[in-house]
Amino acid sequence: MKIKHSIIIAEKQCKDMLKNKTVLIQFLLFPLINIIMEHSVTFDGLPEHFFTKMFAVMYLGMAPLTTMAAILSEEKEKNTLRALLLSNITSIEYLVGVGGYIWFVCMLGGSIFFITGNYKGYEGIVFLGSMAVGILISLLIGAVIGTWSKNQMSATSFTVPIMMVFSFLPMLSMFNETIRKVAKITYTQQISLFLNQTEPIKINIENVIVILFNILIVSILFRYAYKKYGFT
Amino acid sequence: MGLNMKSVIKVSNLTQIFFDQKVLQDINMDIFSGEIFGLLGPSGAGKTTLLKLLTGQLKPTLGTIMVLENDIRYLDKMIYHKIGIMMECLGLYERLSCYDNLKLFAGLNDVPKDKISQILQKVGLWEVRKRSVAKLSKGMKERLAFAKAIMNTPKLLFLDEPTSGLDPSNASSIHDLIQKERERGTTIILTTHNMTEAEKLCDRIALLNQGSIVECGIPKEICLKYNHQNKLRICLLDGKIIELPNHSSSAKKVKEYLEQGCIQSIHSTEPNLETVFMELTGRKLRE
Ligand SMILES: Nc1ncnc2c1ncn2[C@@H]1O[C@H](COP(=O)(O)OP(=O)(O)OP(=O)(O)O)[C@@H](O)[C@H]1O
Ligand SMILES: [Mg+2]
Repeated sequence: MKIKHSIIIAEKQCKDMLKNKTVLIQFLLFPLINIIMEHSVTFDGLPEHFFTKMFAVMYLGMAPLTTMAAILSEEKEKNTLRALLLSNITSIEYLVGVGGYIWFVCMLGGSIFFITGNYKGYEGIVFLGSMAVGILISLLIGAVIGTWSKNQMSATSFTVPIMMVFSFLPMLSMFNETIRKVAKITYTQQISLFLNQTEPIKINIENVIVILFNILIVSILFRYAYKKYGFT
Repeated sequence: MGLNMKSVIKVSNLTQIFFDQKVLQDINMDIFSGEIFGLLGPSGAGKTTLLKLLTGQLKPTLGTIMVLENDIRYLDKMIYHKIGIMMECLGLYERLSCYDNLKLFAGLNDVPKDKISQILQKVGLWEVRKRSVAKLSKGMKERLAFAKAIMNTPKLLFLDEPTSGLDPSNASSIHDLIQKERERGTTIILTTHNMTEAEKLCDRIALLNQGSIVECGIPKEICLKYNHQNKLRICLLDGKIIELPNHSSSAKKVKEYLEQGCIQSIHSTEPNLETVFMELTGRKLRE
């Protein structure tokens, strides 16, 4: 594994994304809505930074997942990934390059929530840490979808329902007891519960187990998809 | 031909099966260092499949393929430093500029940056280097893909239908680029269903039909081999055409015409590749 190769791929991704508006909007949508809501909606009984916490979780469930799936499936469809692999680059180098870059951009978007949420000190680190982990899992799910699909069309048909589940369950479970019980097994809900604790925030065992379990399942799925369909 | 006859690709008893369809059948061939080798055949003959096998994009069902003394089955990825590939789908990033596309592949192959400008000039894309690929014409895209393939100064260059769908002037500029690469000593393997192109460019060709090689050799010699008629066709000034056997028995007659000064032209009757292919398979190259 040559880190130089991954950096070259990340550079390419950076240039490409600046010209790809449908992907760019993913990174701006929730942070912008969040800024607007935080400033315009206030009523009695609304928990502090309610919107920041809600939209941050929606964002980490959606942006990395859809972007990764879209990029990977487009590269497969247009045979550019094949061309890369025929230029001496390995699948790992590619994944690290593209994934690393998307992760970085998502964290930039994530820092907007950090600002609107007025996070400081220990809480701030914990917030950014959970964003980092959440974004990573979403990236992996996106990679599974991208690997599984032959083209962008089929990727989108997977992405939309899956992204809805992870992104919206935490919000929906605020209103419904049954949904709340089911949602517990998702990493997004665990991150949401974690962030919404009444102070002081502390890491509990259930958060960790569910999140690790999610990582495990996604990794197995990725291995399977990669073995079965590969990158070309 | 001035080739040193060192084989850079050796294919033995290659058979490729997709599901239950035999796409390639018992292929044996050698490709020698420094030559332009053409794979010629109608659509569906298995040209692309063979090229993918030779470049390690597919694993052979049966048989062995040696490329630069490496068994393609146990491919060491480092070999791609020595190989250039241009497939039918060109694999270019549509939103990136010509320059950025080449920069990407240059970076991956440790090629210095000034080589990028050099190559852009060579393929005539210097003026449009900042234009995104999506806005290029087909001929330009094809040249860019060619540039990408020769970026790492490969020993072996694989071209899948490098001129398909191009007008004659664009095709001819690609031909020039191919010739220049060959002069540098690169071994080139290309596929085409254009037999004029094959005759013009290739040192040797293999005629592929329904997955089998039906003939392999130097184009001129293949044509001569199938020159069953072996006649002289004499066109007279008055428009009459006379055919005589290519044999000493015709000498007297030819001499007579020459003395009378009534000959416009004399031709041999060897067939072209197209006709040879028809004879061998009962099929046309372009179907
Ligand atoms: N991945 C695949 N799975 C199954 N069958 C395939 C696959 N790739 C090619 N084939 C079949 O193999 C045969 C040869 O295809 P190939 O693309 O090699 O032909 P070709 O000579 O390159 O044709 P063309 O001139 O149209 O490019 C075709 O019948 C095709 O349907
Ligand atoms: Mg083909």
